[in-house]
Amino acid sequence: MGKVHIEINGQKLEAEVGSMIIEVADNADIYIPRFCYHKKLSVAANCRMCMVDVASLPKAVPACATPVAEGMVINTKSDRAIEAQKSVMEFLLINHPLDCPVCDQGGECELQDLSVGYGEDVSRFTEGKRVVKDKNLGPLIATDMTRCIHCTRCVRFGQEIIGIREMGATGRGEHVEIGTFIESTLESEISANIIDLCPVGALTAKPSRFKARAWELQQTTSIAPHDCLGSNVYVHHRRGEIIRVVPRENEDINEVWLSDRDRFSYQALTEGERLLKPRIKNNGKWQETDWQTALNLVVKEMKRIIGGTEGKEFGALLGNNVTTEESYLTQKLIRGAGCNNIDFRMRRRDFSGDGRGSVRSGFNFPLAELDNMDATLLVAADLRHEQPLSAIRVRRSTGFGSAMAINPFDGEYNFRLDEELQPKPEMLAQEYAAVLVAADAKRPDILSAEAKEWLSGIKAEEVHHRIASNLIESENACIVVGVYVQEHPQAEVINWISESLANVTGAKWGYMTQGGNSAGNKIAGAVPSQSAAGGKAIKGKNAKQMIKDGLKGYLLVNCEPDVESVWSKEALTNLEKAECVIALTSYVDGRVSEYADVMLPIAGCYETSGTYINVEGKWQSFTAAVKAPDEARPGWKVLRVLGNLLDLKGFEYESSKQVIDELREVFDAVSDRRNARKVPPALGKVSDKDVTRESLGLYMVDPMVRRAKALQQTPKASTHPISISRVKTS
Amino acid sequence: MTDFNYDKSLHLKKLLPKDAIDKIDNWIGKYPADRKRPPIIAALTIAQEHNGNYLTEDLMQAVAEYLDVPHIAVYEVATFYSMFHLNEVGEFVISVCNNISCSMRGANKVIEHLQNRLNIKVGETTGDGLFTIKTVECMAACGGAPMLEVNKVYYENLTEEKIDQIISDVTMLRSKKSKSTEVKK
Amino acid sequence: MANEVCFRTLHLDTPWSLEAYESVGGYSSLKKIIAGKLTHEKVIDELKLSALRGRGGAGFPTGLKWSFMPRNMPGNKYVVCNSDEGEPGTFKDRDILRYNPHQLIEGMIIAGYVMNAEVGYNYMRGEFYEPYDRMESAIAEAKSKGYLGQKILGSDFNFELHNHMGAGAYICGEETALIESIEGKKGQPRFKPPFPANYGLFGRPTNVNNTESYASVPVILEKGGQWFLDLGKPNNGGTKIFSVSGHINNPGNFEVNMGTPFADLLEMAGGALGGTKLKAVIPGGSSSPILPIDIMMGLTMDYDAIGKAGSMLGSGAVMVLDETTCIVELAAITAHFYYEESCGQCSPCREGTGWMSRVINRILKGDGRAEDLDNLERVATNIMGRTICALGDAAAMPVKGFLKHYRHEFEYMIEHKRSLVKG
Ligand SMILES: Cc1cc2nc3c(=O)[nH]c(=O)nc-3n(C[C@H](O)[C@H](O)[C@H](O)COP(=O)(O)O)c2cc1C
Ligand code: SF4
Ligand code: FES
Repeated sequence: MGKVHIEINGQKLEAEVGSMIIEVADNADIYIPRFCYHKKLSVAANCRMCMVDVASLPKAVPACATPVAEGMVINTKSDRAIEAQKSVMEFLLINHPLDCPVCDQGGECELQDLSVGYGEDVSRFTEGKRVVKDKNLGPLIATDMTRCIHCTRCVRFGQEIIGIREMGATGRGEHVEIGTFIESTLESEISANIIDLCPVGALTAKPSRFKARAWELQQTTSIAPHDCLGSNVYVHHRRGEIIRVVPRENEDINEVWLSDRDRFSYQALTEGERLLKPRIKNNGKWQETDWQTALNLVVKEMKRIIGGTEGKEFGALLGNNVTTEESYLTQKLIRGAGCNNIDFRMRRRDFSGDGRGSVRSGFNFPLAELDNMDATLLVAADLRHEQPLSAIRVRRSTGFGSAMAINPFDGEYNFRLDEELQPKPEMLAQEYAAVLVAADAKRPDILSAEAKEWLSGIKAEEVHHRIASNLIESENACIVVGVYVQEHPQAEVINWISESLANVTGAKWGYMTQGGNSAGNKIAGAVPSQSAAGGKAIKGKNAKQMIKDGLKGYLLVNCEPDVESVWSKEALTNLEKAECVIALTSYVDGRVSEYADVMLPIAGCYETSGTYINVEGKWQSFTAAVKAPDEARPGWKVLRVLGNLLDLKGFEYESSKQVIDELREVFDAVSDRRNARKVPPALGKVSDKDVTRESLGLYMVDPMVRRAKALQQTPKASTHPISISRVKTS
Repeated sequence: MTDFNYDKSLHLKKLLPKDAIDKIDNWIGKYPADRKRPPIIAALTIAQEHNGNYLTEDLMQAVAEYLDVPHIAVYEVATFYSMFHLNEVGEFVISVCNNISCSMRGANKVIEHLQNRLNIKVGETTGDGLFTIKTVECMAACGGAPMLEVNKVYYENLTEEKIDQIISDVTMLRSKKSKSTEVKK
Repeated sequence: MANEVCFRTLHLDTPWSLEAYESVGGYSSLKKIIAGKLTHEKVIDELKLSALRGRGGAGFPTGLKWSFMPRNMPGNKYVVCNSDEGEPGTFKDRDILRYNPHQLIEGMIIAGYVMNAEVGYNYMRGEFYEPYDRMESAIAEAKSKGYLGQKILGSDFNFELHNHMGAGAYICGEETALIESIEGKKGQPRFKPPFPANYGLFGRPTNVNNTESYASVPVILEKGGQWFLDLGKPNNGGTKIFSVSGHINNPGNFEVNMGTPFADLLEMAGGALGGTKLKAVIPGGSSSPILPIDIMMGLTMDYDAIGKAGSMLGSGAVMVLDETTCIVELAAITAHFYYEESCGQCSPCREGTGWMSRVINRILKGDGRAEDLDNLERVATNIMGRTICALGDAAAMPVKGFLKHYRHEFEYMIEHKRSLVKG
């Protein structure tokens, strides 16, 4: 791309050929008013607000749709430009209700901001305003369509970013109305981004409607906790109450978007049934108590069970989105107390790879590169429901590249698939291995003899050859392995195939992980085979063993194994049977009050400081946006005090930062322990009973999401995205 | 439970007769095979013709499924073009042009006469469900102003007598039809 | 001379038949091309020489437009005919479609050949059932004779032609809205550039011309660009069909030489209806500004003359108005039309057309205010040049025209709450 030289308001600028005036101005911090233009959407040029004056042209032109040219002299504030902008403003206001005092967008409305500068004080329009009937878009988005200025950002978002057309502009002329087909709820997992896109108050967030005015809000930067991308957010709060969560731009991770799950889960904190004080069960009855009493009891019970069973009959289970600090302290606490049973992988079936591979989990290439792939192979990856924003990136790449899938379910894709294989879940590894066979046929010099031997019984068909060739021939290719694989009984085999296939084809590969902090949990050492940063550990029981074999005592950190585990039935039975279940939890509802013996109220996400490590290995720390309610305390503090009460060394932290710094130091000191995966043992047969037939629903993944009211009312809440009943027989 | 082997074309096939479906298929054949939307207008036109001149939500949905396009894409089209009716109308929609040339030559009188004759106002439908009067913009027949259109046919150089004739012709046409098809009262 | 180009079969019994068309020399240009006697460069040269200007309204030179098509670019290209004929007052394309469909077909086949396009669409407004039937029969006839379809006249050239029907939307006459409409969408104009020649139907290079433009091509190639040019005036070649309507005795289509004096055209159309006094003329469809009759009487019918007088030849829709015409009423009809037909995407057009229509209707109802006229003028000015397509201008220009020549009628009505003309 060449460069051209232009001038805006006297400022000399260099610009890429083909870029629009508005982009160049934005990059130079020269503001041009706009409503329809949005850098992530196609140019519609329909609002006509961005009119600027180009010296060589006879009339003002829209900056969003006029490409720069060598020597262009642009003025955004000349009489001609201002005249045009003012007149457009007048048109936009004639049918707008101007009800700013009662509008939820008041104070952060682009129309309001601009009209102050451009609108005439007294409107010359006296003909009576248009009134538009409101639309019901479901539990997340409130509408006030009379305020709509027809910029079509929301429509283009659906069409271009989501890839599913739900919103449209019906009617014509002045009667154009933005809405859905007749009347229906939006079904996308990222639908609420249209709230941010809407420049006026036509589309606002239903859960936070009328809760506060924009200027009353304080904001704290934070990290969203529900998937392994680690989307960046702002938490908006007022007088200690979270009002809403909105995206914080980060091109490398969430761009300008946020999934509905990450946006609305905060509702569980403000409206969920919170545990406000420590509770102890006495003769089957719950009693509120003070921290001291509760902690003393915990220490007593831990000592009793761990001491009495040489640590064998106690264990800690953690949720997928506890902070890295919390999981680091949990493992330090448990191990310090003489117990080695700790795990967070309650949906894992295959632990044969423990201790192998890298201490980092997930991707070893930047997520943002998904945008530019010429070929992407999805292996049991249901991106739309697992990491919704990553699906946007793959979709973008399919504008020029291709996407292929080996998914044992009838996935919902918002992009075109060029190849699709749907093996039965128990045949996933075989089907996938056939691609490796095909790749090996094309590039026979890479796999070891042992690997070839392993593959010898597997036959590649034409489709496998096509997939392999595509990966080999594409300059940028990658393999994305979905969360489903981590639940598969042959997870390690599949990981080995991925690693080998990447080697042979030259494609990059990465696997998605559950929840918001699987990577952090692993690095923190919350696994039975490794301590912090992949250090040596005395091997303890893994999640499956702890849950299936049953223990006398459990420490649960922000998790509900009876829902989250693939062994949920056994979990419930054994938790109920256990002598002592200590739950660090934010909520009182659910089965926890049946099986727990002590409940310690911990701060929810956004109420504590901490660090999440995302799937690419980015450490993202955050501070608390608000204080936890009543007696609830940040988890790391509770764990620290427990450490003190157990007389353990090294629990003198004064801040969560000291905790993470300690881990970071160990982590930085070790070079990544990357043991190449060994050729796995021969491929056994998997029983169809041993595979996940229904994944955790989109809005079921963790205690917080499960209690987010509005999300639970959406159509997506009641469906299991991956449901094997949807498998087509292959 | 969603049935993923559900044949999306069934819905429309249930609602329209075979020859209408054949006509739609013929339109589909006019456009590149990878394009699903171009036949929307034609399909809606045909569907409307077979549904007493108007479209229902169900029909629009069936058309969307038949063509495998999003519902909203069909709905947008149906609400954009003025020849689609989304509410029940008469079996014969009388579209009277009242643009410049027709107005200059007495479109108002035509409308008035029609309203008196049928005892309804513009936008209304006669009690027997036979006629609706609608005013429309220029239909490219200004040389024959004033003019109107009734279900596909242009009538030009209108006079009161001519209008009466049109109405009685159409009514006759209808009574013949109803005899043969036994329309329920 | 009349009826020499698009209406050259009109004197025959069944002017729409293939037989009739062949009898006046139809398909001979196509044959010349297939025989290799007319290269694509030569066709474009002849068209340029002929000074054929687009008959859809804007008057863009057709030969130049054809030369923009990247004929050597690989992949599909399309030839699209604009038979939407929505501009109020215009009814000429309907008659070409009904009475001489083969000439349009031949014109489009030739365009396909010149531009290396193998598929054409003829976009007709939804109400054109009769023209549609004629066109469908003509296409079948042409196919049966080998003029159309695969391996045309035994050559390697293929061209398929399809009719596409709209469903009631004036805006679909705008060429990019028309393209969107063929794609099965709402007819909302696209921002240009890119122009259709680069990014048109289905994202492919596309040439859009009006029915009359295409239909003129076979005759030009048969008789030569110079012949066509000589029929008209320099820069305004050929004949043009004028759709004459309104207060005249003999309304209808008249194919006459470009540059014919308006007075002659008026006479052909039988003069004022019932011998009344004429007041004004809207010379090129409802979007062209009105001209008082005394100005009109001194003009010739061609792009340049009408343009110089402050209006436009447009689509050639000549609406003649006598002294009983109330201009405020006329303005209300016109403004209402654009209000109804705005596609709704651009703020100035969507909001401005409704505003103008409401103000004029209020004046008409007797509720006008002194400041209304300046406001109307201002709103019209603010719409102009600030929209994606020219409908914004089309809505604003007539309002300005009415105010320019007949402001006193508006003022009278505001003051007296009744019409100056009708009392
Ligand atoms: C609002 C609007 C309506 C139009 N309607 C028509 C029409 O009905 N028929 C037509 O041929 N051109 C119409 N045009 C002009 C077309 O956009 C285009 O210029 C024309 O089809 C090009 O063909 P030509 O070069 O042969 O004139 C319209 C333009 C505008 C802006
Ligand atoms: S000017 Fe009017 S008709 Fe043209 S694109 Fe804009 S809104 Fe649509
Ligand atoms: S921002 Fe350029 S037209 Fe809307």
